[in-house]
Amino acid sequence: MGQIQRRTEGRARPLTGRRRLAAAVAIGASMAVLSACGSDDGTSGSGKTVLVVKTFSQFGYEDLYKQYEAAHPDIEIREENISQLGDYAPKLQQWMASGQGAGDVVALEEGILTQFMQRPDAFVNLLDHGAAPLRKNYLDWKWHQALTPDGKTLVGLGTDVGAQGMCYRKDLFKKAGLPTDREKVGALWQDWDGYLSVGKKFTAARTGAHFFDSAGSIYQNMLMQQSDHTYYTKDNKLVIDSNPAVRTAWDKTVEMIDAGLSGNIAAWSPQWNAGFKKGTFATIPCPSWMLGTIKKQAGDAGAGKWDVARVPGNGAVRGGSFLAVPRQSKHPEQAAELAKFLTSAKGQTAAFKGKGNFPSALAAIDSDDVRSYRDPYFSDAPVGRIFGDSVKALRPVYLGPQNNPINDAVSNSLTAIEQHKLSDAAAWKKAVSEAKRLED
Amino acid sequence: MTTTTRLPHAGRTSPRAPAPPDAPSPRPRPLARLAARGTPYLFIAPFFVLFAVFGLYPLLYTAWVSLHEWKMGMKGDFVGLDNYSKLFGDPDFWNALVNTVGMLVMATVPQLLLALVVASMLNQRLRGMTFLRLGILLPIVTSVAAVGIVFSQLFDRDAGMANGLLHLVGIGPVDWRAERWSSWAAISTMVDWRWTGYNSLIYLAAMQAVPKELYEAASIDGAGRVRQLFAITVPMIRPAVIFTVISSTIAGLQLFTEPLIFAQGSNAISGGSLRQFQTMSMFMFEKAFRNFDYGYGSAVAWMIFLIIIVLTVVNFLIVRRTR
Repeated sequence: MGQIQRRTEGRARPLTGRRRLAAAVAIGASMAVLSACGSDDGTSGSGKTVLVVKTFSQFGYEDLYKQYEAAHPDIEIREENISQLGDYAPKLQQWMASGQGAGDVVALEEGILTQFMQRPDAFVNLLDHGAAPLRKNYLDWKWHQALTPDGKTLVGLGTDVGAQGMCYRKDLFKKAGLPTDREKVGALWQDWDGYLSVGKKFTAARTGAHFFDSAGSIYQNMLMQQSDHTYYTKDNKLVIDSNPAVRTAWDKTVEMIDAGLSGNIAAWSPQWNAGFKKGTFATIPCPSWMLGTIKKQAGDAGAGKWDVARVPGNGAVRGGSFLAVPRQSKHPEQAAELAKFLTSAKGQTAAFKGKGNFPSALAAIDSDDVRSYRDPYFSDAPVGRIFGDSVKALRPVYLGPQNNPINDAVSNSLTAIEQHKLSDAAAWKKAVSEAKRLED
Repeated sequence: MTTTTRLPHAGRTSPRAPAPPDAPSPRPRPLARLAARGTPYLFIAPFFVLFAVFGLYPLLYTAWVSLHEWKMGMKGDFVGLDNYSKLFGDPDFWNALVNTVGMLVMATVPQLLLALVVASMLNQRLRGMTFLRLGILLPIVTSVAAVGIVFSQLFDRDAGMANGLLHLVGIGPVDWRAERWSSWAAISTMVDWRWTGYNSLIYLAAMQAVPKELYEAASIDGAGRVRQLFAITVPMIRPAVIFTVISSTIAGLQLFTEPLIFAQGSNAISGGSLRQFQTMSMFMFEKAFRNFDYGYGSAVAWMIFLIIIVLTVVNFLIVRRTR
């Protein structure tokens, strides 16, 4: 659900060997065949229509399925979940390519969606299934992300959005003589210059910890606040080297690296995971879905040490997903109904409470359930309000087709600066040339 | 199954069966003859069927895909050799090739020499021989993933044992993933740890067949252990050496898991910030499954295949000539 980080989570893990890879491909293929066999008639032994929902990571739909099945006695829902987005994305590609195995409802993460938006014909047009009136329910940009430019085909319905906050370690802030109260901390970093100067103070205090984990996520955050587009214009022209927004985010990030704020600890690496527990970095921009990661990695001992403040600048979003119905589904009508139910305000609220996925439906964002939600682990931070404010403050950002690979190239270049391997200018040149080569 | 059970049955009944009345001369039991001739082929058939399904077909299909603009899992236009010509102009591919061959040499040469030494030591009478011989096989039993994870910790920049040891001899910490040589060294260590024992066992098996008289004669002539190893043992076990060189070459050119786990983080597939240790297999995976450019990825796969063939043949010729 998180765009860059969670999307790639799987790759941080061992992708064990070509033989394992071959095995995975073989298993994937045979699974595709098997599931095609299973859903040929699309009914279970009891004569119910079986709808297969494909998800990755955690969507928190278990209770919703039960509710839906209770209300629709002729439907049986089966979720097939792949824990890592990195493993899910190639499989989804295979299902879509082979025309079978994708099930009836698929989860599309934002980065995958931008790529599939070039092939809207592979999915059922949800506008044909009564989705048009739902438009007002969603954040406007979230709706448009899954709508073709001509406005005629709606590929997916929004689920969560990666609303941004800034997570920080209170104990380290105290050690460095900084305020620990989340309102005061948030006031210190109204913008990224504020964040930089807090970082300088923190670094000067020599607590033994770094101010943030690595430059990639900081850059990503700033980039998403700069403009309504990043590497591409809305008609998919590559503008990485002419869009001032990209350059601004880059320069500010390099300034932070030069000031010694970065720990150069790669996100999703074992050191990064351990860093939450050991406190090797004091702050990390956290999309709502990352709260779960922090809880898991920092463990019970970390409860109360972490807190969430507003993110510098005007809100931001990183990641978020959609539900779509592949054209290959045997039950497009029922599948579309299920997708509508799961992405309704009620469904999104349930998923937020279950797994922390922040809703994209306005009614859910503004609901009392979400607004008043506090997370006890994060010192009772009012995360429902923080993330809600963040989401509503931001402007939509258009991501082009090769957004994710280009973003990888840029963050690799930033890492090279962190490692003192390249100068600022050389790293920038390298990122731009890699992006251009991806276009060929 | 049916043929094998029918074979004795046919043999028993046919002699008693009268020849067809309208046939001018008795025909030599066609079914039985077919069975007798066909059976061996039937026995070896499973391999060829499996090979055709899981080896040949994917190979040819990959070639087919590589001739197309095949993105997002959807087939596009036929583009001929465009993917290949693009590949020849892609500095990242050449970089991956250099990395792969570099790590191949860095890992294989010491590994085979070490295996030779270990094998010749194991070829002597020692106490607890079986135990020792089993011991050197242990690394292969452990999963690659586990090896990768453990070694990644050993070569950790901030808290790794490798840097700890360097510190003892007064050398500053090395950021193992940042430099080309250091990342190659770390990955080669992983490969060696895993495969040295395996190669030793192959050498050991070959050494057991070398006649003892040769060594006795050599000893009488005053040749030392080292001289004996290179003058007698190595020439005598040359087929085993050729086998290990070729199998190590193939494995080395397909190196994937160790560097991937070593890389860590979300961009692991690029093998370091500047692709310091991205291998060809990683490059292929990045193109096909990360950038979803299947046509290009397939072209890379075919290039790897061709390079493996060429390097294997070259290696074979070199090893066969030296003695």
